[in-house]
Formats: sequence, structure tokens, C-alpha cells
Amino acid sequence: MWNLLHRLASPPHFYRLAAGMIPWFAVSGLLAVAYGAYAGLFIAPPDYQQGDAFRIIYVHVPSAYLSMMAYVIMATGAGIGLIWRMKLAHAVAAAAAPLGAWFTFLALVTGSIWGRPMWGTWWEWGDPRLTSELVMLFLYFGYIALRGAIDDTAKADRASAVLALVGAVNVPIIHFSVEWWSSLHQGPTLIRKGGPAIDSAMLYPLLAMILGFTLLFGALLLRRVRTEVLYRERRTKWVREMILSTPGNNL
Amino acid sequence: MGAYGAYVWSCFVLTAIVFLICEWRARLRQRQVYRDIEVRVKVLGGRQ
Amino acid sequence: MSAAEQHIPGVFTGMMAVARRDLLLAWKRPGDVLNPLFFFAMVATLFPLSVGPSIEQLELSGPGVLWVAALLAMLLSLNSLFLTDHEDGSLEQMLVSPLPLSALALGKTIAHWLTSGLPLVLVSPLLAMTFRMPVAVTGVLMLTLLLGTVSLSLLGSIGAALTVGLQRSTALLSLLILPLAMPVLIFGARTVSLAAAGEGVAGGLYFLAAYAVLTLSLAPFAAAAALRISNE
Repeated sequence: MWNLLHRLASPPHFYRLAAGMIPWFAVSGLLAVAYGAYAGLFIAPPDYQQGDAFRIIYVHVPSAYLSMMAYVIMATGAGIGLIWRMKLAHAVAAAAAPLGAWFTFLALVTGSIWGRPMWGTWWEWGDPRLTSELVMLFLYFGYIALRGAIDDTAKADRASAVLALVGAVNVPIIHFSVEWWSSLHQGPTLIRKGGPAIDSAMLYPLLAMILGFTLLFGALLLRRVRTEVLYRERRTKWVREMILSTPGNNL
Repeated sequence: MGAYGAYVWSCFVLTAIVFLICEWRARLRQRQVYRDIEVRVKVLGGRQ
Repeated sequence: MSAAEQHIPGVFTGMMAVARRDLLLAWKRPGDVLNPLFFFAMVATLFPLSVGPSIEQLELSGPGVLWVAALLAMLLSLNSLFLTDHEDGSLEQMLVSPLPLSALALGKTIAHWLTSGLPLVLVSPLLAMTFRMPVAVTGVLMLTLLLGTVSLSLLGSIGAALTVGLQRSTALLSLLILPLAMPVLIFGARTVSLAAAGEGVAGGLYFLAAYAVLTLSLAPFAAAAALRISNE
């Protein structure tokens, strides 16, 4: 078991394996998103309270979910990299951060656009989820900034890993405190997105979108991790041999 | 889509744009890193 | 190996020695302690000047303004936490010391809190008075600041350890610490607001105390790990 894991995590093996996996993730992700977007936009019935504006959840909820998911992946990679000194795990953490920041940004903007017709304002401080997402974006910025400030890759990996783990301990606390903070706020009554009794014609497109987003995220992540691995291994024999054996150079 | 059409469509279009930016930036960085190594290995390495 | 050759002080003794040294240094250079205090007072003055002297508005915004000012003042003093030790080489002595680095980092953080957190707590009633805060509410403000600045010092020690030796680290340090400090700010400021509205404050104080205990038990280890990474 450990042997297999070790072999899978060896950079040259991962580099080849990931190249074969990316198209599968991308194609299946595109199919799921195509179905989800079509069904979500045209087949699902309008919500009786929100009308057609609820269709924004088909892109908002998956991106909000990915923004959390990316942080979990980043912190897990950071922890594994710090404890077992595994280079691949650090590469995963480094690759997940910018993607996480983009999806957090997307969740914020789509949430804000959803809020405009629902609350009559682009930004509602009373909504704990939007506020949490904003803090999440700042956490990603901090992580990326710390990484950018350190030139040595190995040092940047380890320093940012400590930050990612400290952040991971803090994320649930931040969510809890933002919830508590907004519960004191006597603002407009918010309409809950989704809700437990959701119609299946509304639910299936949402599930397809979440699945599709995750698969596409996987494809993006794998491509970024491959690049990180290539960069970290740039002075090794296998990279040299691979580059030399690749034809079609125009240098 | 009624009155909410503009909001819904702008969200979907924005999502597509973000995905495209992510893909583009990932490819761009991959190409940069690959070419840097290629230059070092094939040109500088060849002279030694 | 005899005890005389290899005399290692206890963990607590070492920690206190580090704290005492930093306190002595602060005593010799009072500017380091006073500047953040002046900064605290000035930021608290900026708000009434910018929003106007309306009494109702000042009473409403007082808790938030004082907490934001305290948070910024803490940030201001954090940059130098490990910096002078890094520059004069004493940090490297701590790294090779047989004592656990986390204990030494905690010693430095205690000194930091005593020279920056505690003075803020003591000065805060003066500023609270200008915001027309009643005495009972001022007591709650001092209590939240007392508990909250402990967490801020400890969280800050992680950020200071991560950024020590980096170029232009001040802005970076703020970027790292501010999102992590949000729970402290939220509970600190809102608890004081609740007290001003005549509602119960126990929940907020319990949270701040629990958070202080959590950071006290985890932050020294994270700061020690960060110091080792920054100096490798």
C-alpha cells in the first residue's frame, strides 16, 4: 500500500499519469456542466418566490463549494507536505491556491448579482455567507502573497504551509463568528437559497453542475500541479531526458 | 427569463469567463516553465 | 557529562528570561511602547473628525472604532517582534538553544503583549470617555480588549515569525494577520455594542476567552515552526 502510494507520488510517474487524466476530467466535466446549464436554464421550473433569479444558484453554489474545497485541498496538501516532506503535496497546495481564489471571487460576484434583485442591493452585510466568502478571499490573498514574497521554492512551500494550516484551524471559527455577528443584525429577512424541499427538476441540474465544476476544477488543478512539478524538478535527470527525447523543437 | 434575464445570463457568462481565464493562465504558465527548461537543456546544455 | 558542563535551565526559566530581556529592552526604548499607544489614540480621533461630532453616532460607533484602532495598533507593533533579534543574531542563538523554541517564542510573545496589549487596555477608558461610553460598558470594553489582545499577540507572533527577514514585510504581515484576526474583532466589538445596548455579554466574553486559550495552546508551536522555516 505504502509502496504503491510512494510510486504514484513520485514526480515522473505523476507527471505522465496526470497528462493522461486531464482530458478525461475535462471532457466529463464539460458534459456534466453542459447538461446542468441547459437543464438549469431552460428545463427547471422557476422558483415560486424568486422567479428566474434562482437560476443563479446553478453557478453560485458550485463555485462557493469549490472555494471551500480548494482550501481543504490546499490545507491537506500543506499538512502532508510539512509532515512527510512530500514535494508533490506542496505542489498541490501551491496549485490549488490561485484556483481557490478565482472561485471565491466567482462565488462573491455571482452571490452579489443574485442579491441585487433579491435584496435590492449589490452587497448585503447582513448575509453571513457572502461575508465569510470575502474573508476567505482575503485568506487566499494572504497565502498567495506570502508565497510570492519568498524566492526559494522549498522555503516558500514550508512557510505557506504553516499559514495554510493556521488558516484551516481558523476558517470554521471565522464562519461561526460571522454567523453570530449577522444573527444580531435586524436586517431584511433573507430568503434561504435552496432549502430542504427542493424540486427534483431543480435539484438534478444543480447536482450535475456541482459534479461538472468539480471535474473541471480537477482538470485545472492537475494541469497546474504538473507545471509545479515540472518547475520543482527542472534540474533533475528525468526532466532533462524527457525534454531531450521530445521532438519538435524550434530552438 | 423575464426581468431577471440579465442577472442570470451575466452570472453564467462570467462563470464561463473565469473558467477560461483559469485554463488560459494554467496553459500559459505551463508553456513558460516548459520553454525555460527547454532553453536550458537544449541550448545551454548542448554547448557544454 | 556532568551537570556543570551541561547546565540547561528549565523551560519556564528560559521563557521568563527571554520575556524579561525583551521587557528590559522596551524599558530602555520607551518609544517602541508609546508609539503604538499614540497611534491608537490618533486613529480613535480620526473617526469623530471624519463622521462628525453627533453624539448618537459616536455612541453607536464607539465600540467598533476603539476595537479597530486597537487592532491596528497591535499590528503596528508586531513587525518588530522578531526583527531586532533576527538582525543582531540572537534569534539564531534561540534556534540552537536546547530549550524548546516554542517556549522561547511564547516568552517573546508574553513580553510583546505586556508592552503593547496591556497598555492599550489601560489607556482605552480614556478614549472610551470621549465616545461617551458609560462606566459599565467601559469595563466590558477593557475586559474584551484584555482577552482579545492576548489572542492578537499570539496570532501576530505566527505572522511575525513567517515574515521575519523578508523584504517589505509590513504590508504582508497585515495581509496575513487581519483575516485571521476577524473573529477577535467581531466578538470584541460586538460584545461591547451588546453591553451598550444593555444585553448579555457572557457569550462574547466566553468566546474571547476560549479563543485566547486556543491560540495560547497552538500559536507558540506554529510560531516556532515558522521561525525555523524562516531561518533555514
